[in-house]
Amino acid sequence: MAATMSNVEEIRTRAVLGEFGVKNVHSSDFPGNYPGYDDTWNMQTFQKVPTMAIEKVFIYNNTSIVQDEVLAHRLGLVPIKADPRLFEYRDAGEESAEEQGSEIDTIQLQLKIKCSRNPRATKDSSDPRELYLNHMVYSSDITWVPIGNQADVFADSVIRPVHDDILIAQLRPGQELDIIMHCVKGIGQDHAKFSPVATASYRLLPEITLLEPVEGEKAERLKRCFSRGVIDIEDVNGTNVAKVVNSRLDTCSREVIRHDDLKNVVKLARLRDHFIFTVESTGILPPDVLVTEAIKVLMTKCQRFLSELDSPSVE
Amino acid sequence: MAAEGEKKPVLEMVQADGGDEGCVTFVLHNEDHTLGNSLRYMIMKTVDVDFCGYTITHPSESKINFRIQTRGGVPATEPLRRGLRDLTEVSQHVLNTFQVTIKSITDPLWTPCSSPTEPTGL
Repeated sequence: MAATMSNVEEIRTRAVLGEFGVKNVHSSDFPGNYPGYDDTWNMQTFQKVPTMAIEKVFIYNNTSIVQDEVLAHRLGLVPIKADPRLFEYRDAGEESAEEQGSEIDTIQLQLKIKCSRNPRATKDSSDPRELYLNHMVYSSDITWVPIGNQADVFADSVIRPVHDDILIAQLRPGQELDIIMHCVKGIGQDHAKFSPVATASYRLLPEITLLEPVEGEKAERLKRCFSRGVIDIEDVNGTNVAKVVNSRLDTCSREVIRHDDLKNVVKLARLRDHFIFTVESTGILPPDVLVTEAIKVLMTKCQRFLSELDSPSVE
Repeated sequence: MAAEGEKKPVLEMVQADGGDEGCVTFVLHNEDHTLGNSLRYMIMKTVDVDFCGYTITHPSESKINFRIQTRGGVPATEPLRRGLRDLTEVSQHVLNTFQVTIKSITDPLWTPCSSPTEPTGL
């Protein structure tokens, strides 16, 4: 009695050029989906997809102005580009073995940097970039220390933070940082640093119907009421007629209603069973991989309860 | 098949009313709206289910009370089983369609968006 979903999916991969690079925002349409199904696909399901993040920070030397705990907190939030599917969860009860991370569940990173005066700076410059060396500690300064056989397993892909330009601390001459970090696998439900997505949301496909033909100057104004690309002006027998071209682009600002003569011409609604999901990844896993992992999380949950039901100890 | 209140350590607990097997409240541990709402929806689709609902007993505890009432004397575990199976199949279908479409898109690599000031779809 499974539902037959003979729908075609339309997927658009959009690369949004932001100020610092190209972010991967992935938007997919699910027409004909069940209204109850979408609830699984908010942030909550992605919070169950695991990632690797810095958990234990061993500070051997920190003479910077940033306090130890603040520094540790900042380091934890740095996204680490390591495929979590290749790692295991660390055993929760191993408090005595906190120094021993094994190679299958821990990544060891190191941050060792010392700020010094630049001997080649001119006498009267006041620009810190000229005066000091290593005065800004970026995430690119975090280096990977392979343990066990990680050097062979990850020979072709270096484990490092996703972004190189995350500012972690600022130093002045004489201050230094000497830190070893252990990354473990965790889920976003536990701590937000493990979240694989920046934002994950969905919306319903807007539906714009023109109740009567709109012509001429009114058509022009109607076109300006909606986002660009939603309404197009067609030339029909010499007059400009408005036509709804692509309602998917609309941001539903309902600007039409503010115009007295236009508000009765248009009917604004949403298609109840067409969902547009938008997933923005932090860069650890690409968005399409994230979506497949999230679906698998849901299926694993169902399987677990099915096997519980079928096991003889219940009823 | 007397479904009296049996205690299971971690995952699921079944508490039945009296002798009526058609009205059962399941307690699902470590679950929230993610499974609760979708499962509820799938079960509501079946014809012989009279009532189906779920609550999160307290937001600090991650467990849900899932209640199914059937008509016609059908034991309540039946719609639950069927709902779980249907949910798995729907997810599988979504997964397959998604992966197929992704593969067909990654060949022409990049589909440029139609308008330059397009919103990010949020």
